[in-house]
Amino acid sequence: MSEAPGADLGVPPRERRAILRDGLGVGIATGAYGVSFGAVSVAAGLSVAQTCALSLLVFTGASQFALVGVVASGGAPLAGAATALLLGTRNALYGLRLAPLLGWRGWRRVVGAQLVIDESTAMASVHDDGPRARLGFLSTGLAVFVLWNAMTLVGALAGEALGDPRTYGLDAAVGAAFLGLLWPRLDTLLARLVALGAAAVALGVVPLTPAGAPVLVAAVVPVLAGLLAPRAAVGREEPT
Amino acid sequence: MSGLWVAVLVAAGGCYLLKLAGLSVPSHLLEQPRVERVAALLPVGLLAALVAVQVVATSDGGLALDARALGLLVAAGLLLLRAPFLVVVFGAALVAALVRLL
Repeated sequence: MSEAPGADLGVPPRERRAILRDGLGVGIATGAYGVSFGAVSVAAGLSVAQTCALSLLVFTGASQFALVGVVASGGAPLAGAATALLLGTRNALYGLRLAPLLGWRGWRRVVGAQLVIDESTAMASVHDDGPRARLGFLSTGLAVFVLWNAMTLVGALAGEALGDPRTYGLDAAVGAAFLGLLWPRLDTLLARLVALGAAAVALGVVPLTPAGAPVLVAAVVPVLAGLLAPRAAVGREEPT
Repeated sequence: MSGLWVAVLVAAGGCYLLKLAGLSVPSHLLEQPRVERVAALLPVGLLAALVAVQVVATSDGGLALDARALGLLVAAGLLLLRAPFLVVVFGAALVAALVRLL
């Protein structure tokens, strides 16, 4: 049996405070770009309620931006949802890594699952023992959840008050947001090649397919690269 | 219910189930080098495709270089300077808006 979340008494108070402080710091930094999600989502034509529902229920930034981005470019909402799901698959891999560290079953696993995102996984994985990993996961996950949702509402209300998004360049902000999410992942030569290849495929099929579909078609590039690339190309070394 | 609400709820249910599955599935089923590689590269490819379509595609199925592309260039410059996410996003928006005013 695992202990109650937050009641990990195995961690000395000083270290405990440090882990909680780090979690809050990540929460504040991530929450800040909840504002841009809220504004961009309303600019794409979603209502404030739909925007807030995305942050509460989907709660994984890249997927939310993807759904909104596909809708903004005139794509079918369900094509946006499909893109969001493809981006969400990485959270399943995070869960695999977290499961032995968190050691949760029953209702704890059912509730805790919603907090499995990039940030909480990163802050849990730096620890190799259960109590510290749980503390890092929960402090980061809860801080991001609260601030991401609050700032989404702020951004959505501000976006709504602004009116026509094109006047403020908010349509250009969507591309910038995707680039910001992509940037830290371009750490290997293979990743850069996949990014270029997927962008080229997507643009190549734009004239042939309905809006929203090009991104889904481009998913073949990372899938093929992952299956076929020689092991050596996946290394973390900088190629330059 | 509107198509947008359906999409929101489909994405919500699916993304939650993916998270829960990761915590619940026996790890040997998915912890294989190929699966891990595809999972690591999938966000890279999808995000790059989203950048391209968002910035260059037009609503009538064509391609165009306009204020959005300039906004993206500014975003890339700000990322190179290690600017925070918020500065990158709103910097791109600001430049696109200014270009349209001219």
